Amino acid sequence: MTPVKFYPSKSEKVYFFGTCLVDLFYPQAGLDAIRLLEREGIEVLFPEDQTCCGQPAYTSGYQQEARAVATAQLDLFPKPWPIVVPSGSCGGMMRTHYPQLFAGTDRESQANEVAGRVYELTEFLVHVCHLKLEDSGAPEKVAMHTSCSARREMGLAEAGPALLAQLGQVELVEQARGAECCGFGGTFAVRHPEVSAAMVEDKTTAIAEAGAQRFVTSDCGCLMNIGGRFEQQHTPVQGEHIASYLWRRTS
Amino acid sequence: MSLQSHDVRPQGVQTYTPREFHHQAHDALGNPQIRANFRKAMDGLMTKRRDSFADWDLETLRELGANIRLRALAKLPDLLEQLEANCEANGIRVHWAEDGEQACRIIREICESHDARSVVKGKSMVTEEMHLNAYLEQAGIEALESDLGEYLVQLNEQTPSHIIMPAIHLNTDEISEILHDKTGTERTRDVDTMTAAARQQLRERFMAADVGVSGVNFAVAETGTLCLVENEGNGRMTTTVPPVHIAVTGIEKVVEQLRDVPPLYALLTRSATGQHVTTYFNMISSPRKEGEHDGPKEVHLVLVDSGRSRIYQDDELLDTLRCIRCGACMNHCPVYTRVGGHSYGTTYPGPIGSILSPHLMGLEETKDLPTASSLCGACGEVCPVKIPIPDLLVRLRRESVGEGRGNVPGAGVKRTRKEAAAWKGFQWLATHPAVWRAGTSVPGKLRALMPAKLGVWTDYRTAPKPAGTTLHALVKRHQASKSHQPNNKSHEEEP
Repeated sequence: MTPVKFYPSKSEKVYFFGTCLVDLFYPQAGLDAIRLLEREGIEVLFPEDQTCCGQPAYTSGYQQEARAVATAQLDLFPKPWPIVVPSGSCGGMMRTHYPQLFAGTDRESQANEVAGRVYELTEFLVHVCHLKLEDSGAPEKVAMHTSCSARREMGLAEAGPALLAQLGQVELVEQARGAECCGFGGTFAVRHPEVSAAMVEDKTTAIAEAGAQRFVTSDCGCLMNIGGRFEQQHTPVQGEHIASYLWRRTS
Repeated sequence: MSLQSHDVRPQGVQTYTPREFHHQAHDALGNPQIRANFRKAMDGLMTKRRDSFADWDLETLRELGANIRLRALAKLPDLLEQLEANCEANGIRVHWAEDGEQACRIIREICESHDARSVVKGKSMVTEEMHLNAYLEQAGIEALESDLGEYLVQLNEQTPSHIIMPAIHLNTDEISEILHDKTGTERTRDVDTMTAAARQQLRERFMAADVGVSGVNFAVAETGTLCLVENEGNGRMTTTVPPVHIAVTGIEKVVEQLRDVPPLYALLTRSATGQHVTTYFNMISSPRKEGEHDGPKEVHLVLVDSGRSRIYQDDELLDTLRCIRCGACMNHCPVYTRVGGHSYGTTYPGPIGSILSPHLMGLEETKDLPTASSLCGACGEVCPVKIPIPDLLVRLRRESVGEGRGNVPGAGVKRTRKEAAAWKGFQWLATHPAVWRAGTSVPGKLRALMPAKLGVWTDYRTAPKPAGTTLHALVKRHQASKSHQPNNKSHEEEP
């Protein structure tokens, strides 16, 4: 369990770190997240030089390469504004692993300071913005897949479901073994493809059997994995990033 | 180097090796019986664990457990000396083994000094690690497993697939078949009947055994006491009926004080099987004393290093040695649940095996194990002594590709010029934002990272589709439209 985190009151501005997966594959989710924040009266700063948090290299064991990439991100957030990340995985990398990655280097205190300002999107919407949502969508059964990093590394199992629970027309259905990994795991999916496939197979089965018409998740890795599996099976269950889903139903 | 190189496993025993993880996992994934057996067993164990901790402040207890183990490890050299002195004072003879081979030899010599022909064994993973049974067989000494699961696995000429439940890969029908084939027991689906049959077979062997060999769960330095946790009574029989008892343990199992045991015991039984207490908890503090009517006349303790003191030298890897062998990490591991224990090809499977085996066998043998995890964190979440297993997996990945501290045998074995160059390429791209922003060509470049392997993604899923535009571009457009229409910013439509 993560230690109790004390949340600041809503700030005038936030930094938005879009993540590389959102940037390249799901940019609309990033824009929808920005619009959700702006609707709360927050000015969203998008440092143009952002690329990737460095996690792919980090979890592959390429520590120096990861540190070089992470170093390039550290300087992008000079003002003390919160840094909002639409991913538990990249958020977890920045909050939990940046301090480890830079321990004993001359960037240590900067990395700790930046890490302390990192919030996952749903966390920020729930705990800092105290977001209130008016659902204007059609009735729908939805399953939430909380990523392992959001759930375990950042302790956010409740944040996504809490937001979905505010949508009056949405029925949140419980899938079997909801806390189990979908099998993405970054390079795990390519290094151990058959094991990963067995995991995503079970995940799509559980979501479909729960009667969900759609699944939402706060991580694009999981979205790509679970959604890609559904698509290949021609199962009519749609996947969507939670930012897009919330924006679409409330704007 | 004290890597386990003496391979004495006899022909005929079904063998698995970590080198063949991919093939073994492939076979297991394609075996519906194995899949079903593990899924059912692991689901049950996860539920039992959760229920057994329901009324406990689990986080506080885990913190306590972690601190007890950390304190013991911080003082390990001193505690081992204290343990030796107190055991010797109690009449327990203490032996030190640098590796598994030496431990096997010590045990054989003790057996030979008593002209022992028959050894009965309680459950002990460290003796699995050193292939003691096969070693003794070669020396003409019969070794019989007395834990029911170990007994079944031995009858079936296999190795354990789980550290707590060695025969968890077998279902009732398969067990019935094994007992029928190997012991002539009538086929039945009634678990009690099968257990009673096995118990009868084992009882006879206990009475005839010359030496009992057991493991140790906690070795208490303060008092020279060996604690043994078990459910079947076979541990008590093994350690009391034969005239000689040899306890074998890794050097890390020592705890400082007797009062350290109850919290660890509470964590161990609940984490392992969801039990509040086990049926038996043995505390062995000496051989039979004058005037006593039972108990072994000699008790020996063999303390095995086998690479552990090398782990101890590294302040990060050291956390590996906190383990109390509950198996909760494998019970909760989505990879273990699907591929089963044998796929790993190591004595210790699952997450703890993937962080421990590289030290025991070297990274060359075990290079596919640290990556056999999605880093989902379930193992670290349930570990009763809070071993940061995912962090240690990443550390071993670093060691594998030669970016660690070089403290693991075989460090750097997985580094290939091609992959190293690919990550350098990634680094270059991600540190040149203008090039990165140049946009949609980036996914294509990233795809080149692992050209031979990325194709497998699409065997099971549709290919990720690079968006026509990037978030960078969308944000730019969004900001431009906002500055033109300041009052309409929340209702704009993106193309």
